[in-house]
Amino acid sequence: MAARDSIMRKPKDTRGTFRRMVSYLGPFRYLMLLIFALCILSNLLSLLGPNLAGSAINEAAAGKGKVNFDKVSYFAMRMLICYVASSLLTISIHMLMVRISKTVANRLRQDVFNKLMVLPVGYFDRHQSGDIISRVSYDIDVISTCMATDVVSILTSLVTVIGSLVMMISISLPLSAVALITVPASILYTTRMRKITQPRFAKRSKNYGIMNGFVEEMLSGQKTIQAYAYENRVDEKFDHINTDAAQAYYDADSYGVTIGPTMGFINNLGLSLIAMFGSILYMSGLIGLGSISSFVLYSRKFSGPINEIANIINELFSALAAAERVFTLLDEKEEVADRENARELRDAKGNVELSHVSFGYDPGRTILHDLSLRADSGKLIAIVGPTGAGKTTIINLLMRFYDVDSGQILVDGVDHRDYTRRSLRGAYAMVLQDTWVFQGTIFDNIAYGKENATMEEVVAAAKAAHIHPFIMRLPDGYQTVIHEDGGNISKGQKQLMTIARAILYDARMLILDEATSNVDTSTEREIQRAMRDLMKDKTCFVIAHRLSTIQNADRILVLNHGDVVEQGTHDTLMKARGFYYQLYHAQFE
Amino acid sequence: MKFLWKYLRKYAPRMAMVMSIKLSGTVLELLIPYVMEHLIDHVVPLQSLPKVLLWGCGMVLLAVCVRMLNVRANRLSILTAKESTFEIRRDLFHTALHLSGKQMDQVGLPSLISRLTSDSYNVQSFIQSVQTIGIRAPIMLMGGIAITLTMDRGLASILCIMAPIMIVLVVCISIRGIPLYERVQRGMDDIVRIMRENITGIRVVKALSKEEYEKNRFHAANRTATQRDILASIVMALPGPVVTLFLNVGLTLVVIIGARRVNDGLTQPGVILAFLTYFNMILMGVMGLNRVFMMMSKANASAKRIQQVVEVPEDLLPLPESECATAPDDGYLIFDHVTFRYDAEDHDENPGDHARFAGEERQECLSDISFSVKKGGSLGIIGATGSGKTSIINLLMRFYDPQKGHVFVGGKDVRAYTQDDLHRKFGVVFQNDVLFADTIRENISFGRDLEEESLRAATKDAMAWDFVEAYDEGLDHASVIHGANFSGGQKQRLLISRALAAHPDILILDDSSSALDYRTDARLRQAIDAHHAAATSVIIAQRISSIMNLDEIIVLHEGQILGKGTHAELMESCPVYRELYHTQMGEV
Repeated sequence: MAARDSIMRKPKDTRGTFRRMVSYLGPFRYLMLLIFALCILSNLLSLLGPNLAGSAINEAAAGKGKVNFDKVSYFAMRMLICYVASSLLTISIHMLMVRISKTVANRLRQDVFNKLMVLPVGYFDRHQSGDIISRVSYDIDVISTCMATDVVSILTSLVTVIGSLVMMISISLPLSAVALITVPASILYTTRMRKITQPRFAKRSKNYGIMNGFVEEMLSGQKTIQAYAYENRVDEKFDHINTDAAQAYYDADSYGVTIGPTMGFINNLGLSLIAMFGSILYMSGLIGLGSISSFVLYSRKFSGPINEIANIINELFSALAAAERVFTLLDEKEEVADRENARELRDAKGNVELSHVSFGYDPGRTILHDLSLRADSGKLIAIVGPTGAGKTTIINLLMRFYDVDSGQILVDGVDHRDYTRRSLRGAYAMVLQDTWVFQGTIFDNIAYGKENATMEEVVAAAKAAHIHPFIMRLPDGYQTVIHEDGGNISKGQKQLMTIARAILYDARMLILDEATSNVDTSTEREIQRAMRDLMKDKTCFVIAHRLSTIQNADRILVLNHGDVVEQGTHDTLMKARGFYYQLYHAQFE
Repeated sequence: MKFLWKYLRKYAPRMAMVMSIKLSGTVLELLIPYVMEHLIDHVVPLQSLPKVLLWGCGMVLLAVCVRMLNVRANRLSILTAKESTFEIRRDLFHTALHLSGKQMDQVGLPSLISRLTSDSYNVQSFIQSVQTIGIRAPIMLMGGIAITLTMDRGLASILCIMAPIMIVLVVCISIRGIPLYERVQRGMDDIVRIMRENITGIRVVKALSKEEYEKNRFHAANRTATQRDILASIVMALPGPVVTLFLNVGLTLVVIIGARRVNDGLTQPGVILAFLTYFNMILMGVMGLNRVFMMMSKANASAKRIQQVVEVPEDLLPLPESECATAPDDGYLIFDHVTFRYDAEDHDENPGDHARFAGEERQECLSDISFSVKKGGSLGIIGATGSGKTSIINLLMRFYDPQKGHVFVGGKDVRAYTQDDLHRKFGVVFQNDVLFADTIRENISFGRDLEEESLRAATKDAMAWDFVEAYDEGLDHASVIHGANFSGGQKQRLLISRALAAHPDILILDDSSSALDYRTDARLRQAIDAHHAAATSVIIAQRISSIMNLDEIIVLHEGQILGKGTHAELMESCPVYRELYHTQMGEV
């Protein structure tokens, strides 16, 4: 419920956003025209209803024994036809509009997702996933709801207001003048109330937001709170936040709920005026009794949309603001396209060379300064250093998740930007620290990197990664569905699965990011042996804390604060008695 | 609904007042067209302007009263909704905060949060509207029918036949629509899930060039959700036009039959006119009832979810002295043949919700674990993820009770303490522990009214003083939610400061120095040895260097003790430990 009342956010480029929004309706333009026509027709029909009812009553008003039934039923039948046709049209308009708006939402969602697939990895490092997701789940929903209901209501309102006004005037001009008095009153009142209530509703949303945040924070730390017997303080704090939220709700809604009765009052006032003046006109013989009744019906129809206008404008603006958020994402800069004449990297030998590479995530904050490094085919390069030293940056560059600022990375002697991204990335297998599995079967998760992998291949990879016995113990074996975040399997097992995925992928170059840190101690040796088999004849880049891996490395890169402070083999670095030597000895202290 | 009534009972007088105000307001509102009908049919023929004006002013007066009464009723109903939901939320939060580990696992954190937020909002808006729309809608409906009955029984009977048909129709459509919307929600959940999977796994997706595959996967989920959405939206759009259609058919019948009755001298033309207005009212009544019905089913579901938590029985109460076990030896921390597993019996529908409280170590269990730590002694626990390390802490602090065996702290069964008394003995840093959005000072003192000196000393011991001092505000520097403005290492050092600050009897560090480099880790250990020697400590680590100097070390593997002893003893007797040492320390 907070969603609808949320603060009206004004879009920046209203016209541009609106035009673009309309362009999404482009494929449906003929359908939209049809809907438009149906809308007018349906409303004209429903407007005719009261008129025909009035005529019928006028006929009936002749009094006892003088009613002309032919005429009454003539008007009544027409009235019935009008109403039935109008209702059927309304239903079909709804159906069409729902279909259109949901299809547009579907296209918007797909566009956003497709866009995500071509955005550079950096976008995801800079933006919170919650924010991206809320554009798909919340913003697009706002747009689609606005389309489904507001487009129709605007069309309907327009037709209804103009139509009823014409009908009212055709019945009686002076009476119309009386009825119109209430219009400026309603408009003035709603705009004034909007000014008063909007900041109150904004405050309510804010307070709810604070409360949600507090609840989320405290309950995720519930165990800590219990451990330090901190519950009473937290209860007290929540009492304040809860009080504020309840008060903000009261402040906003107790104003909000006066709007309905007041609008009702204005309408009733109009009705009284119409009744009084209508009677006077009737007494002067200027108007029939039936005409007063149909006039009353028209005036009700007339005032309905006027009351709604303020709401519709609000919704329209928040839909435009939502659309703008979606379009901002769709306009983000994409991953740079492959160079022209980029070639496929086939049967890579695995010679990798970084030549005078400089790089920073933000301009002006260089992380890697003039880094040069040679990794010949089949060599093992270890990258060590404290957390936050920039170890993963090198991996980001190798995989072309980011491009170097200056210098170049050569694969088999060619600048790796001269290969297609797809084939370059295909030449690396990767096991990352954050094990990633998706909701799907274990088979799908292991086979993820290799299309059309057979069951034999998957089982072989699982066996090599020592996860096969575990999988076989599960009731559904390889067809067991893993849930989001892998809640039903442990972190270690997830890690083994991603190792199996990399084994099956079988690429020339291998990237391991602290890959073995979560693995069971008793099988760790065997895993490492399997890893060593996997690493054989491959160029490997390993980020590790395990000194045994590092000792075997052909070259160790020691990073600190984003700089390569030392590089060499274990022996040469130990002899140098520098930063690496200190790191190494700290663990024995 | 019974549950809500418990909170609403004390507001019963006020609610009764709201309802009677609303009742009179609605009745007066119904009178307005009645007065108009009288004006046109009976006053106008008198050809007296003053009388017309008098009756007209009567209508205006009625309108003024209606507004006043409705506003008053609406405001009072909001007051009740405000106060009762405040209490519901307070109780809900209070129980949530005191749930035991087992209970927390059963409910799940995301579900608990949504119960406190969206469910409480649902209940709130229900309490507000049921007093107003809930009265107004049936009165409009019944009143409309009643007045038309007094005006003309024959014509009103048309309504009496149609109203129940319409209500049944509308409610039937809504009943069908609600599960359709649940299906839509599940479809949207899938969409969000796939998006989140792709956002978190973007590097893997790109590395394996699976963009097209993922687009297709999303496309399928998107299409399903859209189809469901279209169906649900169409069904839910039906009640409005259908009811209008029915009423208009009724209206036509009224005109035809009314004309006949006028001809027979049974009724006045003004009556037909008034009927037209009352029809609108009845239409609004039916739609209002539908809204109340929808709201009620939503609020009912929410109230049940809230009730489940609020009425959960208090778990882990202290046992009377007589039922407690006696300690087998004079150790300070003792595990006596403890066997434990996280509840096996209730694996319910939300597997994703599980395993959060226990630090994602759901499967782990302990079988027949025994150890004893002397006062002032130290115990190290090492083992792979999932071997049961954190469970030992969970039992020691009695977040759970074991299935077999007993746990003793300070020579007494843990079940003899109240939760607060037990917990006050501990200074603890959990795995993935949290900082709260507050100052560093409050995060460390954590409601314990500690002296400035102890806070400083604790930050110094935890190697946090250097960076805390560097802030302009020092200890008053604020942490944002989840301590996101600190690096992993800084966070761990602040958490350790919290554990040390009160000089606890028992110090527990669960994998809480993993983000520190070896050097800082070593200095931290030296500081603890120097200034917290009196504390009995339990330290869990993945790095052997963090625990190798402790009095006793346990090697845990799949819930069983593989080896127990000092570092030197384990190097002799425990091959797994020896192997671990070699892999980590690189001495092959």
